[in-house]
Amino acid sequence: MKKKNVRIVINGAEHCAEVEPRLLLVHFLREIAGLTGTHIGCETSLCGACTVLLDGMAVKSCTVLAVQADGRSITTIEGLAASENLHPIQEAFWEEHGLQCGYCTPGMILCAHDLLQQNASPSEQEIRDGIGGNLCRCTGYQHIVNAVKAASRKMNQRQRAAARAAD
Amino acid sequence: MASNGKSNGKAKGNGQWVGKRFKRKEDPRLVRGISHYTDDIKLPRLVHCVFVRSPHAHARIVSLNTEAARSQPGVLAVITSADIEGLGMIPCAMQMPDLKIPAHPALAKGRVRYVGEPVAAVVAEDAYIARDAAEMVAVDYEPLPVVLDMEKALQKDSALIYQEFGTNKAFTHAMKSGDIEAAYKKADRVVKVRLINQRVAPTAMEPRSVVAEYLPGENRLTIWASTQIPHLLRTQVAIMVGLPEPAVRVIAPEVGGGFGSKLNVYAEDGVVPWLSMKLGRPVKWTETRREGLMVTIHGRDTINYLELPVKKDGTVLGLRAKVLADMGAYHQLLTPLIPQLTALMLPGCYKIPAFDCEIVGVFTNKMSTDAYRGAGRPEAAYDIERLMDCAARELNLDPAKFRSKNFPQPREFPFTTAAGLLYDSANYQQSLKRALQLAGYDKLRARQKVGWKQGKYYGVGVSTYVEICAIGPSAATPAGGWESATVRIEPTGKVTVLTGASPHGQGQETTFAQLVADQLGINPDDITIIHGDTLAVPYGIGTFGSRGTAVGGTAVYYAVEKLKIKIAALAAHLLGAKPADIVIAHGRVGVKGNAKKSMSWGEIILAAYTARSIPAGFEPGMEATHFFEPSNFTFPFGTHICAVEVDPETGEIKIEKYVAVDDCGNVINPMLVDGQVQGGIAQGLSQALYEEMVYNEDGQPITGSLMDYAVPKAAHIPEFILDRTVTPTPVNPMGVKGVGEAGTIASTPCMVNAVCDALAPLGITNIDMPLKPERVWRAIAAAQAAVPPPSATTAKSARTARRTA
Repeated sequence: MKKKNVRIVINGAEHCAEVEPRLLLVHFLREIAGLTGTHIGCETSLCGACTVLLDGMAVKSCTVLAVQADGRSITTIEGLAASENLHPIQEAFWEEHGLQCGYCTPGMILCAHDLLQQNASPSEQEIRDGIGGNLCRCTGYQHIVNAVKAASRKMNQRQRAAARAAD
Repeated sequence: MASNGKSNGKAKGNGQWVGKRFKRKEDPRLVRGISHYTDDIKLPRLVHCVFVRSPHAHARIVSLNTEAARSQPGVLAVITSADIEGLGMIPCAMQMPDLKIPAHPALAKGRVRYVGEPVAAVVAEDAYIARDAAEMVAVDYEPLPVVLDMEKALQKDSALIYQEFGTNKAFTHAMKSGDIEAAYKKADRVVKVRLINQRVAPTAMEPRSVVAEYLPGENRLTIWASTQIPHLLRTQVAIMVGLPEPAVRVIAPEVGGGFGSKLNVYAEDGVVPWLSMKLGRPVKWTETRREGLMVTIHGRDTINYLELPVKKDGTVLGLRAKVLADMGAYHQLLTPLIPQLTALMLPGCYKIPAFDCEIVGVFTNKMSTDAYRGAGRPEAAYDIERLMDCAARELNLDPAKFRSKNFPQPREFPFTTAAGLLYDSANYQQSLKRALQLAGYDKLRARQKVGWKQGKYYGVGVSTYVEICAIGPSAATPAGGWESATVRIEPTGKVTVLTGASPHGQGQETTFAQLVADQLGINPDDITIIHGDTLAVPYGIGTFGSRGTAVGGTAVYYAVEKLKIKIAALAAHLLGAKPADIVIAHGRVGVKGNAKKSMSWGEIILAAYTARSIPAGFEPGMEATHFFEPSNFTFPFGTHICAVEVDPETGEIKIEKYVAVDDCGNVINPMLVDGQVQGGIAQGLSQALYEEMVYNEDGQPITGSLMDYAVPKAAHIPEFILDRTVTPTPVNPMGVKGVGEAGTIASTPCMVNAVCDALAPLGITNIDMPLKPERVWRAIAAAQAAVPPPSATTAKSARTARRTA
């Protein structure tokens, strides 16, 4: 198979490589960029463990080809928090015990990020529906739902505080 | 009322940290995605392995041609059974008098006996090349008759999976107590039911994965594996590949869930290290999800014939059970053990004077069954709790009152059961009462009565469960039931805990730190828990059977107690006091009644290492090891209540309320206990409602992807109302019982009881799981065709009408 050059910006850093057209984005992230925080749970876009942000929107990176991400920007779990601090969603998952084995967690957090971008204050049902593409086998979801609610409160509070500071 | 899944049960806080909601030490690395699961391990010169698997459930291998695959660029090796003559068999740890243990080679030899059985392995420079090459391995099969149905498998004319055994029966196991014939004679009625406990797939989110690197110069084989049992795996792999055990190191890095499925030694665990030794390259294999559903062990899969002789007044006189348990085609590590746990726990939390149980293990052309969250106990709880509900209905008694009538009283503990177990401690009455209150049981029943008259099918399910945990005394386990801990206070005063319990999501790094912090009067942040590396940690058993805290934590507790004696001896020497007067608290070591005499934590620990002034016979350093052998199991218990409404038009089930009152003894971290309970309930409910591993008539698994195998999503699981009662166990000094499997054990019968209760006016007494809308609808339709619609019948007369759907 003829290889193609791709250039993908991942967490703000540019990664260039010559890849087979069939290479999955998740394999590019894990094998070429060395970012193993994005996990593979099914390779069929059903479990959501491999969820990343593609130009800010949640996608399952096991069903995106690396060549489709050429010239675009990816955020993985490693790049979600701006600095040493945790992102409010990461904080909320920690505080609300929103994870046990941690395997679904990066995908779940990035999916929640997408949800909260679209709906800053989702209801319980909206959260349950919103994370419907991501499976967790450990938690029974209640603590994940609580974590997303807590993250929503945190992000809204911080946004209000930032708005006040700007006034 | 407790809500949002947060229990308000009073945890007995016996210290500054134990009993407190404390954020997990594991989480900062996990929420950042910066720690490593097995597939994340990268090594120089790493190559990738892919397995070629049988598409047939039962066939003779006529020929195997690997030439085309071998000649592909980037392919290093293609191996079949002929190449691995020196590799040992996949082990089964069980021994029983009549147990038939088939030879279980890592790659099929001559015959395949289930779909997915590995027949060849391909190693290539990358996983894509390996997958391509695997498709070029040509295998010629001659299909053989397939054995799938357990009852047919036991008939004389059935095809045989093993000619040499002359039967498909793997074993029989009987258990008896009391006078069962007398029970039948005295009984006013014998309640009978046949229950199917369907095959399910554990489906941990992290697929299994093995990385192996052999360094011939050092004679060191290092294996990274997604396992619950690093030490047992090391022993078994050393035997399989023929290396002395000290040459093998197993590391379980982050493990993404197990639920029993990683409490095993699989073909890949032997083949991947063997390949690494032969090729002189590190080798990785990671399961695809399709493989996970096909060839990682399954759970449950039993057919249960149950009989309960009872008096009219609701007194249970005996229990008779015949259980057929599907082994699959081979035994994995503990396959034949699982149904024996069912036999042990069948009497549940009831006084049953006579017990007669027979378990038959059956070979079929399917993947092996083995331990899945609860491992034999969910099957037992399902049997007895469904049977009790059927009995209550036949006797026209309230299911809660009927249960309560047959509970042992709290003063009767320790209580010997019909299966010969000694239950440690319990107060079943208190748990039931609390759950009935939380659920608003009387109101639910009142609403149901009215609803039934209006064609509304409201149901209430009750399940009062007891489980066997903290597995377990070594005499009752196949491979040692103890656990080890080494606690080392380093020269800087920081503490390292090495535990043989190898967690995979349970949070022992947090709970063990809380425990040790209280014992030593220091901060949990100064305590590091190390697990899952056989080179660092003394031999241990692992995390399964709700044993992590109750057995592993107790080992830690005793190791710390040994250190406290040592600290007291040194402090007494340095401070001029008696060891008995030394007080260790708040980061200092002082003398009782003498505030002036004390040392800081750092000073006393450093003194143990510099050893310039030590008492006679004092060993320098500050390290202690304890191997804890439990004197008994523990028996957590509780009551779950579920309220549902069933739509007769569609068969859909609406879960209106789910209440769980669990008693796992003392609680170290209530937040983590809630998490375990919720996750457990979700898995149990999911078996009741959604999940089933289906094989078609050819033995093909047709629920082979997550599109077909119904792992529940967030919207499928309700919010739970949680509470606790606290009945400490006398089996360990912390009074903890274990909680990892409670939810899974209690919730399955609770859910099915609720649905059958809702449909009682139709005379439906049982629907086999999973209760998919279609199945429920069919049962309703069949019942409606046979009896008048509910408006024409009263609840009371309906309760006496019986029909099994």
